[in-house]
Amino acid sequence: MDTSRLKRRGPCAWELPATGRMRVPGVIFASKELVQEMDDKVAEQVANVASLPGIVDASYAMPDAHWGYGFPIGGVAAFDADEGGVVSAGGVGFDISCGVRTLHTGLKEADLRAVQKPLADLLFARIPAGVGSTGALHLSAAEMDAMLRGGARWAVKAGYGSEADLTHIEEHGCVTGADPAAVSDMAKKRQRDEMGTLGSGNHYLEVQVMDEVFDAVAARAYGLAVGDVVVSIHCGSRGLGHQIGTDFLREMVVAASQAGIALPDRELACAPIKSALGQRYLGAMRAGINCALANRQILTHLAREAFAALLPGARLPLLYDVSHNTCKEETHTSADGHKRRLFVHRKGATRAFGPGHAELPPAFGKVGQPVLIGGSMGTASWILAGAAGAEERAFGSACHGAGRAMSRNAALRRWHGRDVVDELAAKGILIRSPSFRGVAEEAPLAYKDVAEVVEAADRAGLARRVARLRPLICIKG
Amino acid sequence: MNGQTFEHEADVGVRGCGATLAEAFAGAASAMTAVICDPAAVVPRAPVEVDCSAPDAELLLLDWLNALVFEMATRRMLFSRFDVIVEAAADGVVLRARAWGEAVDVARHQPAAEVKGASFCELKVERQTDGQWLAQCVVDV
Repeated sequence: MDTSRLKRRGPCAWELPATGRMRVPGVIFASKELVQEMDDKVAEQVANVASLPGIVDASYAMPDAHWGYGFPIGGVAAFDADEGGVVSAGGVGFDISCGVRTLHTGLKEADLRAVQKPLADLLFARIPAGVGSTGALHLSAAEMDAMLRGGARWAVKAGYGSEADLTHIEEHGCVTGADPAAVSDMAKKRQRDEMGTLGSGNHYLEVQVMDEVFDAVAARAYGLAVGDVVVSIHCGSRGLGHQIGTDFLREMVVAASQAGIALPDRELACAPIKSALGQRYLGAMRAGINCALANRQILTHLAREAFAALLPGARLPLLYDVSHNTCKEETHTSADGHKRRLFVHRKGATRAFGPGHAELPPAFGKVGQPVLIGGSMGTASWILAGAAGAEERAFGSACHGAGRAMSRNAALRRWHGRDVVDELAAKGILIRSPSFRGVAEEAPLAYKDVAEVVEAADRAGLARRVARLRPLICIKG
Repeated sequence: MNGQTFEHEADVGVRGCGATLAEAFAGAASAMTAVICDPAAVVPRAPVEVDCSAPDAELLLLDWLNALVFEMATRRMLFSRFDVIVEAAADGVVLRARAWGEAVDVARHQPAAEVKGASFCELKVERQTDGQWLAQCVVDV
């Protein structure tokens, strides 16, 4: 990125001054190296978001920001409904509430090594993954609507997991205001056979070992110690969320054109929050969030069953569940000192509430929200903690992952899936995937080094580094 | 194949070219299959009818690709041959097509990633200076 038009605000914060149609400045949280590596399109997209009606304070980009559609991936923006603010289907994206959850196992690395291969095989057999896979659960129309209203709460009632899980999920596992009637029949049809499926692409279930602690107090609060084995699940709202994104992006683009609104980029398709279309999208998008939460809850149950089959007595309590493609109504104090209700879009960005936030479970109140950052297979994932003052920096948001270092085509030209699986096995990491081509496209070096990203998030005061996780088993879609 | 993929930092672009709009749309659909697997591995055994209408050709391309995404997801199929007709209509453009393919066979097709949806990013349908039609956009994977 050409940094000549950026003003340095701090060691890891850069301001893009408001010019032209921008209503507020842009702020990019990144080290000098990371900001220089970013594509110029990121600045262009940050500026485009800054031009949307009702935006508050600034258009933000997280340290892992890269070229997305409309919003950059790693983009955060909040809108005030009372000031003509908008909700944007493009600002949430296709994979509504894609996110990460991490489970404790109570095991140490040596315990896991003893069953590593049969566990990898069993998880691969039990977790539906990859293109064309289906889940064991097939919902009736009434059950689908109940799931869309209830999220993980519905899944627990249906026998997937326990009440204790719900306190460790954002919004206690169920976003209010979901409107199943706003979700198209096509979206529901796409989801009919996809409950409890992992998906494909960059989605995974990993068994990981915590290999380094950076914040002992927060690690203790999260119940983590060096050598602990955890399970992390990365996936989203499956076909239902993808179809909601497709349906509303088109409808918002056409509506904007008919209303004479010139969007700087059609992918910024949006509608006033206080419009019928805006409200309908919010109802559908919240149903999509609940679908993702229910999906991760079912996958959790399947992982628990697999562990119990090989390690009788193993319990896998939930550490936390975060979503990173959402628009959520939250209370924040804006830069003018006013406390107000805002619609915070996080596109490829994680909510990262700091210590003392009322939304957090009591056990995390003093240290802040766990922020779960996925790496690539073969490289580390991270657990961060929402930093004190994070709410004032970017509405309590942080990064979500590494971002690709090269395109899928380039990765495919460079690696063979079989070789990647063999090389990682030699390093003690077992990969199970239905597709060698998929493994090649997701090869570890196809992604940027997430360590640099989380260090920048830490230095920017968004989230503190707590622990690093190294993969042992990876189930890829 | 009149279709090819192009680079995007996070996802993949699909592009079709041809002497007619219909050929370009068929090429873009072939390119979308190439995002998922090798189109040559997909046997065109059975047809699926797809009809779309839109106010303009760019929205029609989006609707066409998204209709295929829906059919792939709900029928658990992949497509490799596309018979496409595009015609002007009183209120825009319409497309009638037959997409030929078969059920997903994971071992044989080795599908790498499902397409979540076609986006407005890099969306372009236009006649080039050489008279050829181009139809392209980025798809989310």
